Amino acid sequence: MNTSINQDINQNNQQQSLFRSRDPLHLTIGLLFITTILVTIGNLIFAESSAFHVSDYTVSLLGKYLCYALLALAVDLVWGYCGILSLGHGAFFTLGGYAMGMYLMRQIGDRGVYGNPDLPDFMVFLNWTELPWFWAGSNSVIWMVCMVFLGPGLLAFIFGSLAFRSRVSGVYLSIMTQAMTYALMLAFFRNEMGFGGNNGLTDFKEIFGFSLQSPSTKLGLFIATAIALALAYCACHFIVKSKMGRVVTAIRDSESRVRFVGYKPEHYKVWIFVVSAMLAGLAGALYVPQVGIINPGEFSPLNSIEMVIWVAVGGRNSLYGAIIGAIIVSYAKTRFTAIMPEAWLFALGGLFVLVTLLLPKGIAGLLPSIKQKFANTADSVEAKS
Amino acid sequence: MTANKAGSPLTAHENIVPDTRHGVILYVEDVNLSFDGFKALNNLNLYINDGELRCLIGANGAGKTTLMDVITGKIRPDTGKVNFGQQIDLLQLDESEIARAGIGRKFQKPTVFEELSVFENIELSLKGDKGIWTALFHKLSGEQEDRIGEILHTIGLVAECHYPAGRLSHGQKQWLEIGMLLAAEPRVLLVDEPVAGMTGQETERTAELLTSLAGEHSVVVVEHDMAFVRSIARKVSVLHQGSVLAEGTMSEIQANPDVIRVYLGEEQG
Amino acid sequence: MHRIYLLLLLIFISGQSAALQPDSDTQSNSQLSGLLNQLPKTKLRKMAPLIEKISQTKQPQTRAILQFMLDGELYYLRANKQVVHAQSTENNLYELTDVLTQESLTPVKKSRLSKVKTNNRLRSTLRNILAKIDLTDDDKQIRLQAVQQLLSSPSKQSAAIITELIDDETDQDVRALMATTLALQQLKSGSSDEKLIALEQLSGSLEPTVKNEIVSLLENLPNKDLTAEQQILKSQLTNALDEIDNRASFYSAIETVFFGLSLGSVLLLAAIGLAITFGVMGVINMAHGEMIMLGAYTTYVIQLAFPSMIEYSLLIAVPAAFLVSGFVGILIERGVIRFLKGRPLETLLATFGISLVLQQLVRTIFSPLNRQVVSPEWMSGSWQINPIFSLTYNRLYIILFSIFVFVSLLMILKKTSLGLHVRAVSQNRDMARALSIKSDWVDAITFGLGSGIAGVAGVVLSQLTNVGPNLGQAYIIDSFLVVVFGGVGNLWGTLVAAMSLGLTNKFLEPLTGSVLANIIVLVGLVLFIQKRPKGLFPQKGRSAD
Repeated sequence: MNTSINQDINQNNQQQSLFRSRDPLHLTIGLLFITTILVTIGNLIFAESSAFHVSDYTVSLLGKYLCYALLALAVDLVWGYCGILSLGHGAFFTLGGYAMGMYLMRQIGDRGVYGNPDLPDFMVFLNWTELPWFWAGSNSVIWMVCMVFLGPGLLAFIFGSLAFRSRVSGVYLSIMTQAMTYALMLAFFRNEMGFGGNNGLTDFKEIFGFSLQSPSTKLGLFIATAIALALAYCACHFIVKSKMGRVVTAIRDSESRVRFVGYKPEHYKVWIFVVSAMLAGLAGALYVPQVGIINPGEFSPLNSIEMVIWVAVGGRNSLYGAIIGAIIVSYAKTRFTAIMPEAWLFALGGLFVLVTLLLPKGIAGLLPSIKQKFANTADSVEAKS
Repeated sequence: MTANKAGSPLTAHENIVPDTRHGVILYVEDVNLSFDGFKALNNLNLYINDGELRCLIGANGAGKTTLMDVITGKIRPDTGKVNFGQQIDLLQLDESEIARAGIGRKFQKPTVFEELSVFENIELSLKGDKGIWTALFHKLSGEQEDRIGEILHTIGLVAECHYPAGRLSHGQKQWLEIGMLLAAEPRVLLVDEPVAGMTGQETERTAELLTSLAGEHSVVVVEHDMAFVRSIARKVSVLHQGSVLAEGTMSEIQANPDVIRVYLGEEQG
Repeated sequence: MHRIYLLLLLIFISGQSAALQPDSDTQSNSQLSGLLNQLPKTKLRKMAPLIEKISQTKQPQTRAILQFMLDGELYYLRANKQVVHAQSTENNLYELTDVLTQESLTPVKKSRLSKVKTNNRLRSTLRNILAKIDLTDDDKQIRLQAVQQLLSSPSKQSAAIITELIDDETDQDVRALMATTLALQQLKSGSSDEKLIALEQLSGSLEPTVKNEIVSLLENLPNKDLTAEQQILKSQLTNALDEIDNRASFYSAIETVFFGLSLGSVLLLAAIGLAITFGVMGVINMAHGEMIMLGAYTTYVIQLAFPSMIEYSLLIAVPAAFLVSGFVGILIERGVIRFLKGRPLETLLATFGISLVLQQLVRTIFSPLNRQVVSPEWMSGSWQINPIFSLTYNRLYIILFSIFVFVSLLMILKKTSLGLHVRAVSQNRDMARALSIKSDWVDAITFGLGSGIAGVAGVVLSQLTNVGPNLGQAYIIDSFLVVVFGGVGNLWGTLVAAMSLGLTNKFLEPLTGSVLANIIVLVGLVLFIQKRPKGLFPQKGRSAD
C-alpha cells in the first residue's frame, strides 16, 4: 500500500515536470553570458581573416536579435502566462524606440542638413520655429530613460485599465490591441504629430558621446542589450516563480474563478501588462541605435503579429522558449529575405498555421517530450534486464 | 508608480466585520432579476442566520444558482437588497471584494485551476492579503504550510498534492474545491451541489464535514440529492419560479401542501 | 439616355461630325449648298444676313457649320471655292472635311486654303444664332445646356434671345432656368426697383452665377454713406445671400449623409461576411480581408478574360467572386479552422498566417503593384438633382447593392433550412448534432457563405479603391470593430453599426481631415467597446457568457 503511494508520487513528479516546463534560469543566463563573451572576443581579438572573427555586421545583427528576444520575453509574459494575446506589443516597442530616437535626434545638434542647433531637420523642413512641448527635455539622458519606460507603461496602463476593468478579454482584446497600434501608426504618419511623419527619426550621429558608426559602440550596444536581456530574464523568472505568477496562471485558466477566490484579476492583468509594455519599450530603445532609424512602419500590425509567432514557435509558457523562438524566426527571416524575399511571407504564414496546428507548445514543449522518450526507452531497457 | 494603484490594499469594507447582532448574516430582500422577459428571481426574500446550515432545494430553473450568482456578485439584480450582516451592502461590491469580505462559493461544475497543482490551488485560496505587491514578494509561512497540510488531509488529497489539478477525477475536484473554500475561512459558505459525482462513502464524509462547519460558519447548500439533504438539513428553503415557496424543517416541508404540489409531488409522483 | 444626348452634343461641339441621318429634304439641302457657295465671295459687311439665311435652312449640318465658323475652322479651297472644315495636323498639313457631305478630303497645305472671314461682331451674331438653335432644339437637355451657357455669361443679347423664346417654351425646368437668367440680367443691369424684384425672384436659387453676382453687387456697394435705396438693396442682398447659403449648407449636409451612407455600405459589405463567421459561428477569421481581396482580383481577372464585355463584367464578377472566395473559405475551414475549435486565440493566429500566405500568393501571381479595374459606363456619372447637389451613380448603386446583400442574407438565415441549421448549430452544437444535423457540413457551408459575401464586397471595393495585395488588410480591423460594435451575432446591429460609423466618419472629416477622423473613430470605438463589451445590441441571458 505504502509503496504504491510512493510510486504514485514519483510518477506525479515526473508527470509534473512534463506538464509544466521549468525555466532553467542558470542555464539560460550562463549561455547568454558565454555567447556575449565569445562574440566580444571574436570581434575584438581575432583578426578579420581568422575563422573565429565575428564581423561588426554580425555583432549588430546579434544585437538586433537580442532586442527581439527581449521583446519576445515581454510578449510571453502576458500571453504565455496571463493568456492576454496582445497584437499590439509593437506599439510599446515603437514608443520606447521613439523615446530613444528623440534623444538621439537631439544629439545630432547642428550637424544636421539644415545645421539648426535646436531643431531636428524635419522640423526645420516643416518651417517650425520651436520645439513642440512634448520634445522639451528630450536631450537629457534621464528624461530619455524615463520616457522609454513611462511612455509604453502609461499607454499600457490606460489601455489595460479600460479594457480589463470592463472585462474585455480573449479575441476582443486581441483585436482592440491591434486597433490601438493601427491607430498609432496612422497618427504617427502625420507630420503634425511632430515625430517626423513618414520618415520617422533617423540620421543619428552619436549616443552618450560615442559615435554610432564606430565598431566599438556597436559592440557596446550589443553587450548592453545582452545585459538588459539577462536582467529582464531574471525579473520575469522572479515574477513567474512568485505567488504572482501562480495567480496570473490561475487567471489564464479561469479568470472568473480567481475573482471568487478574492483576487482582482483586472489589477493583476494591468500590472503585468504594464510591466510587459515597459520591457517592450526597453527593447525598442535598445533597438533604435543599433538599426539607426525608427519610423511609424514599426507600428504596423504585422510587426506585432510577428512577435507573437516568435513566442508561439519557441513555446509560450516558458521564458527561454520565447528567446529561442525570437532568435530562430528572426534568423530565418534574415536568411530568407536575403535569398528569396518573396518566400518569407509564405514561410511566416505557413509557420503560423503549422505551429498552431501541430506544435501548440512550441519548441520548448518539444524538449521535455524528447527527454521523456529517452527516459522511456531507458526504462524499458531497464525493465528488460 | 502606476502599478501601485492597481495593487489595491484591503478595501475599507473588508475591515468591517459583518454586523450580526440580529442573528442574521445574509439578508436577501425583494430581489428581482429577469433575462429578456424571463423572471429568474421574483421578489425573492431569504434570511440566513449566523452559524446555521441551510439547504436550498427546488426544481431546475427555480433560481437557486442565479441566487448564488447574485449573492456573490456575478450578476446584478434589477431591484432589491442584498446585505452581508446588517451594514455591508453586497450590491456595491464586486466578486473579489465579496469573496474577501467572507463569502465563499463552491460551484455546481467544479472549477479549479487546472494548470496549477493541488497544493497551489489551496495556497492561492488561503485567507489573507490578495494585493499585487504581497503576491509578488510572498513567502509561505510555516503556519500557512501547516494549514494547507491540514486541509489536504481533510479533503484526502495528500498524495495528490503536487498533481496538476486538471488531472484529478471529478469527485477529487469536488473535494479540492471544498478545500479551497476551507482555506479562505469564509463566514458564509455557498455550496452548489457538493456531492454530484461522489461515491456513497464520500457523500457521507461531505455531510459530516458540512455539519461540522456549521456553527462557526454559516453554510448554504444547494442540492438535488434528497437523501443527502435529509441527512444534513436542519432548515430547508424551497425555491419555486424565482421566489421562496416554503421554509422549515424537512418534515415541515414534506407536509407542506404547496411543496407537495409543485416539487416533491413531481419527484415522488 | 441623358448621357447619349450629352455625348451627341459633345460630338457636335468638337466638330467630329458623326454619322448623321441621311437627308431627305433635298430642296433645303440644295438651298444650303447654294448659300455656302456664297460664303467665300461675300464681304464682311454683308455676311450677317447670309449667316441668318444659312441658319434658317435648319439642315442637320447647319449647326456644325456655324459652330466651325465661330471657332475659325471653316475654310474654302482656293482652287474651287469648296467650303470645308479644316484642322491643322502635325506636319503642317490641314485635314479637310466637306461640310455638306462629311466626306474626308486629301489633306492640303495651308497655302491652298482660305479662311471664311469673321469679325467680333459676326462672332457675337454667330453665338446668338447658335444659342437660338440650341434653345429651340427638340431635346430638353440641349435646351437646358444652352440656357445654362447663357446664364454663366449673362448679357443683354442673351436676355433678348430668352425674352423672345421664353413664351414658347413648354418645359417647366427650362422655363424656370430661363426666368432665372432674365432675373439675373435684371439684377445686373436693371434699375434699383428692378433689382429688388429680381432679387425676390432669385432668392434661394442655387446657381453659382447668381451667388457670385450677389456677392459682387454687395462688394461694389460703398461701405459708408449709403443712400436709403442702397440701404434697402444691401439688406435685400444680404438676405438673399443668407437664404442661398442656408440652402447650400442644407444640401451639403445631405451630401455628407449620402457619402456617410455610402461609406457605411462599404463597411457593411466588408463586415457582414464576418458577422456570419465571427458573429454567428464564433470563428475568428483574420483572413477575412483576404477573402475581400480575392473578390476584387476576381473582378480584375474577369475583365482581363472578357475585355469586350466590360459593361457586364460586374454582373459576372459578383457570382464569380462569391464562388471563388466561398470556395477558398471552405478550404480554410476544412483544412485548418475545424482542428482549432474552441481555441479562438489559436484560430486567430492560424488564420492570420493564412492571410499572409494569400497576400503573398497574389503578390507573386499578379505582381505587388495595384491592378487597374475598369468601371463600366453605367457606374460612372452622376444624378444631378440641382446645380450644387448631385449623387454619383457608383455610390448610389453601392448603397442599393449592400442593402440587397443584407436583405438576402437575412432571408437566407431566417427562411431557409440552411439558416435554421446554422442558428441551431451556433446556439447548441451538441443538441443540434443530436438532432442529426451534420454540424461539420453546416460549419463548412456557413463559413463558405461568409467568405463568399466577403468576395462580393471585394467586387464592390474594386470600383472604389486600388486593387492590390493589401486591399483586405485595410478592412479587417474596421470590419471586426463594426461587428463587435453592433453586437456579436446580431445582423441588424451590424447594419446600424456600419451606417453610424460611416456617417460619423464623414461628418468628422470636414472638421478634422480624413486621417484624424479615422483615428478618432477608431479610438472612440475602442473606448465604446471597453464600456460596453457586448456592443450596441447585446445578446442577454445566462447562456450568453
